Amino acid sequence: MSDTDRSPLFLPVIYIGGVIFGTGLAVSGMARPEIVLDFLQFNDFGLLFVMGGAAVVTGVTFTVATRFLDRAPLTDSEYTRRVKSFDRNVVIGGAIFGVGWGISGICPGATYASIGIGNIPILWAIAGMFVGAYAQGYWRGTRASESTAATAAND
Amino acid sequence: MTTIVPSLIIAESFPRGILPYLLGGILVGGGAAIIYLATGIIAGASTFLESTLSYVSDVERFNRFKYIRSRGWRVVFTAGIVSGAAVYGLVLDPGIWTTDVQWWRLLGGGFLVGIGTRLGKGCTSGHGVCGVGSFSITSIVNVATFLTVAIGTAQLVEALGVSP
Repeated sequence: MSDTDRSPLFLPVIYIGGVIFGTGLAVSGMARPEIVLDFLQFNDFGLLFVMGGAAVVTGVTFTVATRFLDRAPLTDSEYTRRVKSFDRNVVIGGAIFGVGWGISGICPGATYASIGIGNIPILWAIAGMFVGAYAQGYWRGTRASESTAATAAND
Repeated sequence: MTTIVPSLIIAESFPRGILPYLLGGILVGGGAAIIYLATGIIAGASTFLESTLSYVSDVERFNRFKYIRSRGWRVVFTAGIVSGAAVYGLVLDPGIWTTDVQWWRLLGGGFLVGIGTRLGKGCTSGHGVCGVGSFSITSIVNVATFLTVAIGTAQLVEALGVSP
């Protein structure tokens, strides 16, 4: 799929999907770190309904689309499930993310939404995320080129 | 009496009620579902970090084809998320809201979130919403890990008396 094959509706639909997604993050309170921390500290279990409710909607959608629908109208892409390969980085990365989430109460989607409700201090978190992603990519890139030089097969 | 006790337990466990959480969750899933049905794209929020870094960084890792190809729509998706929350802040619950959580917690936590979501291949939306919705074992393991560790960390932070 190249950009020229995309329907002119491609970006507008992505934007509208993002608007609904962001409204949901604000309505649910996930855009407020205090509410997320209340959940993690067992003062308010409401967040279970956010992830649960969202996963049920995507679960039904993915199931229906992969079984009964043909191709996505705007891109002609096939409908697939989100299945990523498992390795130990899934656990290590999850644990590092968990420490960060537990310290700050922020996760990527919710921080973008937080900007929308006027939460200027959240820019600290966004700066932190970009520096963290950069450090991770830089480090793995450097390590990858070193190991390629040593053993081409070892990834 | 028998009806009061369970309702008190529910009130304590859900001091803000259940409805905003459930409604918010359905909207989050609905936004991802609309994008998926129209385009076949399974949207996560954290790849935006790498794909946006490709605009400004020469590091090879950020300039892989999958990031270059998707970076445009990822910016649009993120702009949508900001706009959607702004609709809430302007119309549904008017007023600006700012966090009291200290800046070093946001910066340090954000730094670890940036590393962890990239190393672990996803975040609360990619793994938690779309991955779990795909019944992916990888995602379920990732979510179980970050939830458990986050709960432990947040409890520790509270026990150390760090507030807000």
